Amino acid sequence: MMYVLRRIGFFLLTLWAAVTLNFLLPRMMPGSPTDAAIAKLAQNGPVTDATRKAIEAQLGVPDGNIFEQYLGYLHQVITLDFGVSYTFYPQSVSEMVWQAFPYTVILVGFVTIIAFVLGTLIGVLTAWKRNTWLDALPTLTGSFASTFPYFWTALLLLFFLGYVLHLFPTSGAFGPTATPALTWDFFTDVLYHAALPALTILITSLGGWIIGMRNAMINTLGDDYVTFAEANGLKGRTVAIRYAARNAILPNLTGFGLALGGVVGGSVLVEQVFGYPGIGYLLFNAVIGQDYPLMQALFLMITVSVLIANFLVDIMYGVLDPRTRR
Amino acid sequence: MTTTQNLTSATEAAIKPPRRFAFITRSAATLWANWKSRLGLIILACFILVAIFAPLLAPYGASQDGFERNADASPEHWFGTTAAGEDVLSQLIYGSQISVAVGFIAGLLSTIVAMVIGLSWGYIRGFGADVINFIVNLFLVIPGLPLMIVIAAYLQNGGLVMIVAVIVITGWAWGARVLRAQTQTLRSRDFVTAARFSGEPAWRIVFKEILPNMTSIIAGGFFGAATSAILAEAGLEFLGLGDSSIVSWGTILYWAQNSNALLTGQWILLFAPGLCIALLALSLTLINFGVDAISNPRLREGKSR
Repeated sequence: MMYVLRRIGFFLLTLWAAVTLNFLLPRMMPGSPTDAAIAKLAQNGPVTDATRKAIEAQLGVPDGNIFEQYLGYLHQVITLDFGVSYTFYPQSVSEMVWQAFPYTVILVGFVTIIAFVLGTLIGVLTAWKRNTWLDALPTLTGSFASTFPYFWTALLLLFFLGYVLHLFPTSGAFGPTATPALTWDFFTDVLYHAALPALTILITSLGGWIIGMRNAMINTLGDDYVTFAEANGLKGRTVAIRYAARNAILPNLTGFGLALGGVVGGSVLVEQVFGYPGIGYLLFNAVIGQDYPLMQALFLMITVSVLIANFLVDIMYGVLDPRTRR
Repeated sequence: MTTTQNLTSATEAAIKPPRRFAFITRSAATLWANWKSRLGLIILACFILVAIFAPLLAPYGASQDGFERNADASPEHWFGTTAAGEDVLSQLIYGSQISVAVGFIAGLLSTIVAMVIGLSWGYIRGFGADVINFIVNLFLVIPGLPLMIVIAAYLQNGGLVMIVAVIVITGWAWGARVLRAQTQTLRSRDFVTAARFSGEPAWRIVFKEILPNMTSIIAGGFFGAATSAILAEAGLEFLGLGDSSIVSWGTILYWAQNSNALLTGQWILLFAPGLCIALLALSLTLINFGVDAISNPRLREGKSR
């Protein structure tokens, strides 16, 4: 119980820190959205003070001292009202974020779980068959694939499977004729469009799980209780799965929450390549269009989601490992 | 073979007075003995040589244009030309300079930050440690690339210096955590207690007594940080958030995507820069296999079951 309370405390504290960081970040940076907008205008000719005022009013530049701004910002966060998007005017920022959110959560969530399960299983195998080709092949291809830049894997898959072989659609989350509805046809269409982005993330993230599980497993295989189990004449598979792998999976699980942050980052690049209308693609567009309100809201959304995922993994860890509950 | 080498070097070390930098040659030998890290060292050396001798190796200038646009591979242009009429091979060769430099500088800087924070954090106790613990955990859970993208967007085309700074700001936390764990296990050892009783100041105990015992972990942290720095730099350049006028592997892919290389079918233009990034990152990962084996003897090539 103490453990859960501590995790909740840490979660709330990090949540506050992330929200505050998101507030401070634009204020610590040189220049302001107004300056950026004026710099753009200034290329076409001199900018008057009146224009500047007009831009400030239009961008909703916050006034008052920093504490008043902070309170106003917290109010915005709690009510989930982040104002109006610059680039997708007149749509509100929250609306844009909620439209994109499910696509990324489903894409990243599913693929990460698949990669974790698959990678852990392969990792157990490689550690058990150490120094045979069953070890060398997955370890080497896995570590090679994990060095592929996300956007490169994405570009290659898109080029060969999309443009050359025409096996998969080349952009979007559903076909032009499909209408978003809770029907089987729409569901399969979404899956079909998500296949290439998902494959990209899977290829790039699988290797890390294999290596992590392999190293953890090799460590437990050296422990005395494993030798003892073997000496007792237990079957090889029983020792591998029920003795070694069960204990080795815990350190690998700690990595889950942290790896998620990396995958979410990678999905920004993947979504950009595939034009997949998730959070990452929206973030990219917000950055290109210097849409600061949208950018701020998206970054907050991404950070909070990863924080929640980490929190859930922590709680799960507590359930699985009695030692943490002391 | 390896065992005899280890034995002789161990006896030598026992007889001769300890030399300060002997560990460098010894770890280099250990790395070379592991075939994975040997392969990594060879690949890395190739990239560094190409980066240094780029002006001699490249057939044309990095941004020398005026050739036929979007040309396929030919004897004059082995890898074809870009949409702006530049030679792809020359761009690749010059691009290695950026990746190698960014990987080295950003990797080194974030390792130094990780080292200073990780070691002091592992040594001190009480409220200060809790505060650092919180900050490090915060930096660990905040997704790095989105944070980089947002900072880069605010800084507006800061170029390479900005990219390196952003990578260091977002990339030190992992190393700090690993080093802290190691410091915590070492701080209760007898030699540290002895140093404390002989009146050595805390900073000296941390950096002169404890630090030399974890060179392999620091080296591992450096190669890991350099790998992620190279990938992050390429990612930011690919999104067009760096200085898109410089020639790097990331910007080649940025321009390739912007000029629809997917539609013109120039697969080499897409394939080659990414493969270079992947190979350079792979070489560092491979070296780390050997470094891991130094810090964790159980991972050394053991017998199969």
